[in-house]
Amino acid sequence: MIEVRGLRLRYGGVAALDGVDLALRAGEFVALLGASGSGKTTLLRSLAGLEFPEAGQVLVEGRDMAAVPARERRVGFVFQNYALFRHMTVFENIAFGLRIKPRRVRPGRAEIARRVEELLALVRLSGMGGRYPDQLSGGQRQRVALARALAIEPRVLLLDEPFGALDAKVRKELRHWLRGLHDRLGLTSLFVTHDQDEALELADRVAVMRDGRVVQFDTPEALLAAPADAGVAGFLGDAVPVDCVVREGRAWFEGLPPVAVEGVAEGKAVAFLRPADLLAESGDGGARVVAARQDGRGVRLTVEVGAMLLEATPAPGWVPRRGEACRITVLAARVFPA
Amino acid sequence: MRRRSALPGLGLALGITWLWLGLIVLVPLAALMLRPWELGVAGVWASVTEPRVVAALGLSFGAALGAALVDLPLGLLIAWVVVRYRFPGRRVLDAAIDLPFALPTAVAGLALTALYAPNGWLGAPLAEMGVKVAFTPLGVAVALAFVGLPFVVRMVEPVLRDLGPEAEEAAAVLGATRWQAWRLVVLPALGPALVSGVALAFARAVGEYGSVIFIAGNRPMESEIAPLLIVARLEQYDYAGAAALGLAMLVLSFAFLVVFGLMQRRLRRGVA
Repeated sequence: MIEVRGLRLRYGGVAALDGVDLALRAGEFVALLGASGSGKTTLLRSLAGLEFPEAGQVLVEGRDMAAVPARERRVGFVFQNYALFRHMTVFENIAFGLRIKPRRVRPGRAEIARRVEELLALVRLSGMGGRYPDQLSGGQRQRVALARALAIEPRVLLLDEPFGALDAKVRKELRHWLRGLHDRLGLTSLFVTHDQDEALELADRVAVMRDGRVVQFDTPEALLAAPADAGVAGFLGDAVPVDCVVREGRAWFEGLPPVAVEGVAEGKAVAFLRPADLLAESGDGGARVVAARQDGRGVRLTVEVGAMLLEATPAPGWVPRRGEACRITVLAARVFPA
Repeated sequence: MRRRSALPGLGLALGITWLWLGLIVLVPLAALMLRPWELGVAGVWASVTEPRVVAALGLSFGAALGAALVDLPLGLLIAWVVVRYRFPGRRVLDAAIDLPFALPTAVAGLALTALYAPNGWLGAPLAEMGVKVAFTPLGVAVALAFVGLPFVVRMVEPVLRDLGPEAEEAAAVLGATRWQAWRLVVLPALGPALVSGVALAFARAVGEYGSVIFIAGNRPMESEIAPLLIVARLEQYDYAGAAALGLAMLVLSFAFLVVFGLMQRRLRRGVA
């Protein structure tokens, strides 16, 4: 449906895109996940025709987009700061893409009004058509931007940090709503985020970007279970890197019990340990509770092992107290040669 | 009665504001408005409807308006280039924009006159094409456009910077051509700032003296500006006559600025 092959782009000598390959299937909801500067926004803008790659191809439904200007790509783009037209009402903003069509393909006034009302209802802003963007909250503006992008019936919806400027609560609500909308309308969507929770929770597949390259493109489950390299492993799931040595099919730590690993060369290595990988039990085992915090998801436990601070999961039924001695079992680890 | 506010000092600040405004602006203006009436109503009327005065007022306001309207597209273009593009010499250009502010106006006037005189660098080729600039109303407009240009640039620049390229990009992605993006997105957003810039350029041009008198030639009924006529009356100790002319300029300027203000309010709709 949408395919990117070997895309390259440099900004003042620095590679923003360094040979990106990516293929989206129709109807998919894909996240571009990466730290800032990893090239994810540049990739998104290249798809929309707002950046001009030096090499490589962007194909939409098999057609090379190199010579197709942004205005003819029929791509829905939601900008990070929404880029609403401030001098236009919400209605005019949404109608913009329809009103500027050449006369022979432009819908009539009544038809445009009907479509805009439909979109307003879709983004739950019915009756707000007469407001100006400055009179709306952040979440409402975001939905106006979305409605405006959907008005042209895009072939693909591109969203640049769609929840970046919203507060935590609105953010969560909008996430699920957006996913629902995507499914209901049968859209193909690609969104940029630096928030792994957002990407892992929302997307069918996640493309992890680093240094202008897609380092892994897979489902959230696969990413968590089998990260492609140390970088991905360190980026996902609140993992902490811990030095270890691999010998006889096991990773040996200093101060932690060994854990079985497969397919890693013998020698020095780095293990990425997530809170769920470490089970802490009461008892004298060389570890000590530094902090235990109850929150809505359970107990967050921080333990000290030698000079390391690690997050661990307390064994069921144990209520850890600060300063208490404990024992750690390593349940699993993703290990990469150092 | 008095509400407490997080911004204290209203009384003091407002007091100083009024005192300052009164001393610097209102008292002289009041004097200007009172002085002419020693001529009597009929005398004032006769004084400002003299053909030579009417011609001078027409030139002053007409040329100022023309110059401000020329500054509009030119200033917009310069602001655009400075804000949107990165090129060698951008900072020099940016600094050069303010030069008409800093240059003594007489120096500007002399330079423009030398340039546009029939034997000047620009005047000579223009003369061959049959266009006379120096010592004509056109020359007056050229000088006024020169002094007014920075106002348009400096008014538009921050708004354009604030608008950012995103709005245009959004328009493009939605299917707009360059022209549509400009007409429907950029210009409406810049509208109020453009009007402000033009109003300021106009106001400055109406009152301009130094740079104009050299290039104008000052021929009565043709290239004589109203401020020059005021100076001429002062030199003949006709203080009331000068004040009458000043009053006429004041009223006309005020009327123009009100019109600009109304235009701005209409354009500002929705752009908070």
